[in-house]
Amino acid sequence: MDALLQQFFNLDIMSRALPLVLQGLWQTILLCLIVIPLGLIGGLLFALVSLARSRTVRYAMIVAIDFFRAVPPLVLLIFVYSGLPFAGIRLSPLTAVAVAFFLNTSSYYGEIYRAGIESVGRGQWDAARSTGLNAFHTLASVILPQAVRNVLPDLVSNTVEVVKLTSIASVVALPELLYSADMARSITFNASPIVLAAAIYLVMLWPVVRLISRLERRMAS
Amino acid sequence: MNPFLETFFKPNLIAQYLPSILKGVVVTIEIAFAVVICGLLLGLLLAVVRSLQIKPINALIVIFVDMFRALPPLVIVLIVYFGLPNVGISIPSFAVLWLILTLVLAAFAEEIFWAGILSVPKGQWEAARSTGLTFLGTLGYIVLPQAIRLTIPPITNRTVAITKNTALGTVIGVPEILNQATSAQSFSGNATPLMLGAIAYVILFIPVVALGRFLETRFAWRRS
Repeated sequence: MDALLQQFFNLDIMSRALPLVLQGLWQTILLCLIVIPLGLIGGLLFALVSLARSRTVRYAMIVAIDFFRAVPPLVLLIFVYSGLPFAGIRLSPLTAVAVAFFLNTSSYYGEIYRAGIESVGRGQWDAARSTGLNAFHTLASVILPQAVRNVLPDLVSNTVEVVKLTSIASVVALPELLYSADMARSITFNASPIVLAAAIYLVMLWPVVRLISRLERRMAS
Repeated sequence: MNPFLETFFKPNLIAQYLPSILKGVVVTIEIAFAVVICGLLLGLLLAVVRSLQIKPINALIVIFVDMFRALPPLVIVLIVYFGLPNVGISIPSFAVLWLILTLVLAAFAEEIFWAGILSVPKGQWEAARSTGLTFLGTLGYIVLPQAIRLTIPPITNRTVAITKNTALGTVIGVPEILNQATSAQSFSGNATPLMLGAIAYVILFIPVVALGRFLETRFAWRRS
C-alpha cells in the first residue's frame, strides 16, 4: 500500500514536478485555443461542402470525411510529422499537430453540423429566402442558430474529445501537459507526475462531462 | 521513376515490409476484437447494475464512467504501463492497452446503454411487471431489446472511435500496425512503410465508419 502511494501519489515529487507540468498545461491551453477554433470552422466548411447541390462534390466530401474518420489521429499526425519530410515538406511539431488535427476534427465536427443543418426543416430555408435574405444571411441568422442548438451536446462532447486528443501531441515532442509530465516521470522514475497531469485533465474536463450528461438527458426528454 | 511514387510507394520496399505490416494488422485486429467484446459487455453489465438503483453502487459507477470519459486514454496507459512495474506488478504492454481501452469503451458504452434504458417509457416497466415478469425478466425481455435498438448508431460510432486508439499502443511498444510501420520507416529511411500502415488502417476502418453512417440514417434517434 505504501509502495503504491510512493509510486503514484508522491506529494514531494509532485510538488517538484509542478512548475514543469504547469508549463505543459499552458502549452495545452494554447494548443486547444488553436485546434478547437480551427476544427469548428473547418467542420462548418466540411458540412457545407457535404450538403452542396452537386452530387459529385457531395460524394467526394463524404468520402474524404469517412477517410479522415477511419485513420487514427495518431497515425495521421505521425504521417504528417515524419512521413511528409520524405517528400520535402518539413513541418514544426506545432504545424504538424495543427494540420493533422484540422483534418481529423473538422471531419467529426463536420458530421455533427451536417446532422444539425439537416434537422432544420427545408421550409425554414425557403421562407427565409422568400423574405429577401440572401443565402449567406439565411445560413448565418436562420439555419445555423437552430442547427447548433439541436446538436449542442454533440458539439460539446466532441470538443472534450479534442481537448483529450491534444495529449497525442506529446508523441511528436510538443511540450504540452502529458509530454512535460512524462519528462518529469523519466527523470524521477516515478509515475506521480503523470498522475498529477491526470488530475489536471480531470479538473478541466470533469465539469464539462457532467454538463454533457445533463444536456443529453434534457434533449432526450 | 516518379518522385512521389519513389517516396510513398517504392515497390521493393512494399515487398520487403508488407509481411511485417500484415503482422501488425493481425495484432491490431486481435486487440480490437478483445476490446470491443469486453468493453461492450462490461458497459452493458454496468448499465444493468445501475438500473437496480442501489445508491452507493450507482455513485461508484458514475465516478468510474466520468473519470474514463474525462481522461485522455494515453495518460492512463502511461500511468499503468510505467507505474505498475515499480510496485512489483508487471503487465505486458498489449495487456495494458487492452485493459485501458476496454475500460474506456465500457465507460462510454454504459452511458449510452443507460440513456437507452431511461428512454423506454415507465409504462412499459409497469405493464411488464404487472403481468408477473420479474425485474430481470422485464429488463431482459421488454426494456433492453428496445433500448439497445435505439443505442446501435451511437454505440457503433463510439466503438469505432475507441478501437482506433489501438494505435496508441505504439507508444508503449505494442507491435501493432503503426508500431511496425514506424520502425520499418526508420530502418528503410523511406515513407513507404508508413503509407502502407495508413492504407491498412483505412482498409480496416472505412467499412465500419461507413456502417456507422448507414446505421445513423437507418435507426436515427427520434429527436423532434
